[in-house]
Amino acid sequence: MGSVIGTSVKRREDPDLITGKGKFTDDLALPGMLHASIVRSPHAHARIRSVDTSRAAAAAGVVAVYTGQDIADSEAGGVVPVGWLLPNLKTPAHPILAVDTVRYVGDGIAVVVAEGRYQARDAAELVAVDYEPLDAAVDAKGATAEGQPQVHEEAPGNVAFDWDLGDKTAVDAAFEGAAHVASIDLRNSRIVPFAIEPRAALASYDPEKGLTLRMTSQNPHVHRLLMSLASIDLPEHKIRVIAPEVGGGFGSKIHHYPDEAIASWCAMRIGRPVKWTATRSETNMTDAHGRDHVTHAEMALDGDGKILGFRVETYAAMGAYLSTFAPCVPTYLHGTLMSGQYDMPAIHIRVIGTFTNTAPVDAVRGAGRPEATFLIERLMDLAALETGLDPTEVRRRNFVPADAFPYQTQVALAYDSGDYETALDKALDKAGYAELRAEQQKRRDAGDSKLLGIGVCAYIEACGIAPSAVVGALGAQAGLYESAKVRVHPTGTVTVFSGSSAHGQGHLTTFAQIVSDRLGVPLENVDVVEGDTGEIPFGMGTYGSRSAAVGGSAIAKSLDKIIAKGAKIAAHLLEASESDLEFADNAWSVKGSPDKSVAWGDVCLQAYLAHNIPEGIEPGLEETTFYDPANFTYPFGTHIGVVEVDSETGEVEILRYIAVDDCGEQINPMIVEGQVHGGIAYGVGQALWEEAVYDDHGQLLTSTLLDYALPKAHQLPSFELDHTITPCPHNPLGVKGIGEAGTIASPATITNAVIDALAPYGVRHLDMPLEPEKLWRAMHSGEDA
Amino acid sequence: MGVRINLEVNGESYEREVEPRQLLVYFLREELGLTGTNVGCETSLCGACTILVDGQAIKACTQLAVQADGSSITTIEGLATNGDYHPLQQAFWDCHGLQCGFCTPGMIMAAADLLQRDSSPSETEVRQALKGNLCRCTGYHNIVRSVMTAAEGGS
Ligand code: FES
Ligand code: FES
Repeated sequence: MGSVIGTSVKRREDPDLITGKGKFTDDLALPGMLHASIVRSPHAHARIRSVDTSRAAAAAGVVAVYTGQDIADSEAGGVVPVGWLLPNLKTPAHPILAVDTVRYVGDGIAVVVAEGRYQARDAAELVAVDYEPLDAAVDAKGATAEGQPQVHEEAPGNVAFDWDLGDKTAVDAAFEGAAHVASIDLRNSRIVPFAIEPRAALASYDPEKGLTLRMTSQNPHVHRLLMSLASIDLPEHKIRVIAPEVGGGFGSKIHHYPDEAIASWCAMRIGRPVKWTATRSETNMTDAHGRDHVTHAEMALDGDGKILGFRVETYAAMGAYLSTFAPCVPTYLHGTLMSGQYDMPAIHIRVIGTFTNTAPVDAVRGAGRPEATFLIERLMDLAALETGLDPTEVRRRNFVPADAFPYQTQVALAYDSGDYETALDKALDKAGYAELRAEQQKRRDAGDSKLLGIGVCAYIEACGIAPSAVVGALGAQAGLYESAKVRVHPTGTVTVFSGSSAHGQGHLTTFAQIVSDRLGVPLENVDVVEGDTGEIPFGMGTYGSRSAAVGGSAIAKSLDKIIAKGAKIAAHLLEASESDLEFADNAWSVKGSPDKSVAWGDVCLQAYLAHNIPEGIEPGLEETTFYDPANFTYPFGTHIGVVEVDSETGEVEILRYIAVDDCGEQINPMIVEGQVHGGIAYGVGQALWEEAVYDDHGQLLTSTLLDYALPKAHQLPSFELDHTITPCPHNPLGVKGIGEAGTIASPATITNAVIDALAPYGVRHLDMPLEPEKLWRAMHSGEDA
Repeated sequence: MGVRINLEVNGESYEREVEPRQLLVYFLREELGLTGTNVGCETSLCGACTILVDGQAIKACTQLAVQADGSSITTIEGLATNGDYHPLQQAFWDCHGLQCGFCTPGMIMAAADLLQRDSSPSETEVRQALKGNLCRCTGYHNIVRSVMTAAEGGS
């Protein structure tokens, strides 16, 4: 309607954040507040013989010390549950403090609560635990081998689930007639999500009012529900979860962890507020990690480079326990993406989820989709080598054509809309692809030690996963709708209560834009409230690039209801028929006679005065929607990376990074671009530097920033962005999602570029991270690592 | 066991007794309530806690409060003058230089230090100057643009 949508409105979040006024969880303090420090296992796998808390309890400032046994002896549920079930899934209990066995480095054993932060940490070191160390199973695939230590008795062979999708017979037949087969063995490295703000919780309890838990959450209602169902002894309506400013999430603040439950349990037990804030190494040890796949895959192609069949077998580490949505990530967020942007006639994927003595693995930015894209796009490059086609040509020959939508894949998903070739062409054009290839050839001919590599990645994303009935049938123990309550005040200003929960995405701005656009009210007359279970309707939160498509659509639906009710009141005031009215420019007017009109503000006021409203209409102007989408949305795009590899040192420099993304309609292009920038950097980190490394004994070797290498400003170029717009056909805003796109595309983009640079050395594949030493060895020992 | 220190923070004088081992960042946050300075690592590696001490950017988790005795400190809360944003604050807002905002105070203070030394840095110089400050949200693209924009406006 208006023109506020599609405008780069400056963020209203920012004034607080650029002046230091924004309050993150650890910034908050309450009278009488205590600090908690959790005693964690230094062993990956051990039996607990005994825990002696006496010295800690006697230390200065200590108020209480509790063990896993204390929690087990209480009325509390004392566990964190898994929220996604698969057939035959093994679901060993995950106690919030271990009682007899620890299963990963960082597993909690006891908690010390003290007057001061330092006192709690000091006393935690005085808790004496007698361990009987056990051997550890560490590798995602190796854990299933004969004779490996068993992480859980109830999961023989450390298998949590064995899942498959697609038509194996059809795939086997497709390979029979193949002219070319491209195959790969790869390891998608394990990463730490690494929000710069560590997880934190501040719990306070009043026996009458219940528990108020302020915490680093991407989904306060989900945390409240799981807390109530399984962790502490308190009904749901007696728990209020508030997410203050949240300093990044990237998936890590979706999950329900033990620590926030422990702080809550302590606050209830002691009767004073308790704060727990993770140290950086606690964060690295206990935030659910991402990826960690070991995969073998093969792609069959005909003589023209058309894909005939695709088969995949992946071992996906679950870690020591099943985190909240862990079983869904390598299956329904990864297996279902195996068609990529391509028309593949036959696909089969098997995923074996395995328990390992490591931190749990769960959704991290992109969640399954970066792994899928990495696999497919690496194989497309190998297919190019096999067929002798240019990497862009083999992709082009296999794209789902723009006129084939909706497109039903062989792996359950039905793509809503897309135009893959246009995005590819736009990216090639922007990159100057032909010139780049010519420059590459020139350098190769000259034996230049600066090897030029060009990497292309055409990705698809499935986001806003829905509808609820479908995800329920697939195992979700939750619905995946979103709520929005729109409250119009008597003077015509508006407050939106959204179930989404931003932590950097700018909803206070974009959601206000939706309202301003639809109602024609000025932006400054719209406020948005999120992240407080005491204020908003039950909401599912922010992750999976869902907030614009699902949360934004819920707002649009509520606005439609507001306009419909307003029209009834307006018709009554104008003594006109409702069907003769139109709503534009913040007023209702009779079609064809614009002077017969009633302003928005008059209708709002009358709705609350209720002196003169139509019969059968309730006073007030407030509407709530629980919007359950008809389908996922499917953003897509093509990214191109240009890298230089120094053949003498193995160092990689990213010369250029071009991204053409299509997220449907854009509400705020500035915010869309920001999401793409951050997403690209996130995936580049995994491609080049980041890896969570456990040794054979399950010791985490990368628990601090000294060993875990996050991308830094001087290692990245400015990014070159463009977009196409293919609206989502099935939601009221036409929007798709953009939060994860960059991260889905960039690991494959950069890896393809680096491998392309190394082509003269016959290198076909290297696993991430592409560190200089690995590249140097690949070039100089000729080994195909 | 406390040690008495005198210091100036954002133009105000403070006299306080501190525990000798207390980190300057926790002194600012917990004693003075200046929670704009954030803690991301406590090991001088993320830059979230960057402040200006006697005009120079330092990471407030690498110093003890007692070491700040006699010094003059500026934190993010003290950067605006008479209600007007510092050019860097304005530029971060204008250029979408922040998303979650957790790294932002440290980032702005580190950039302020750079612009004091060099009023028209190149993109490479900006990137080099900020390599001690981690941001997980923005990919640095708009942070760099913000700093360049502030520099242009100020020169
Ligand atoms: S908290 Fe000081 S550098 Fe990270
Ligand atoms: S804006 Fe979130 S870490 Fe920089």
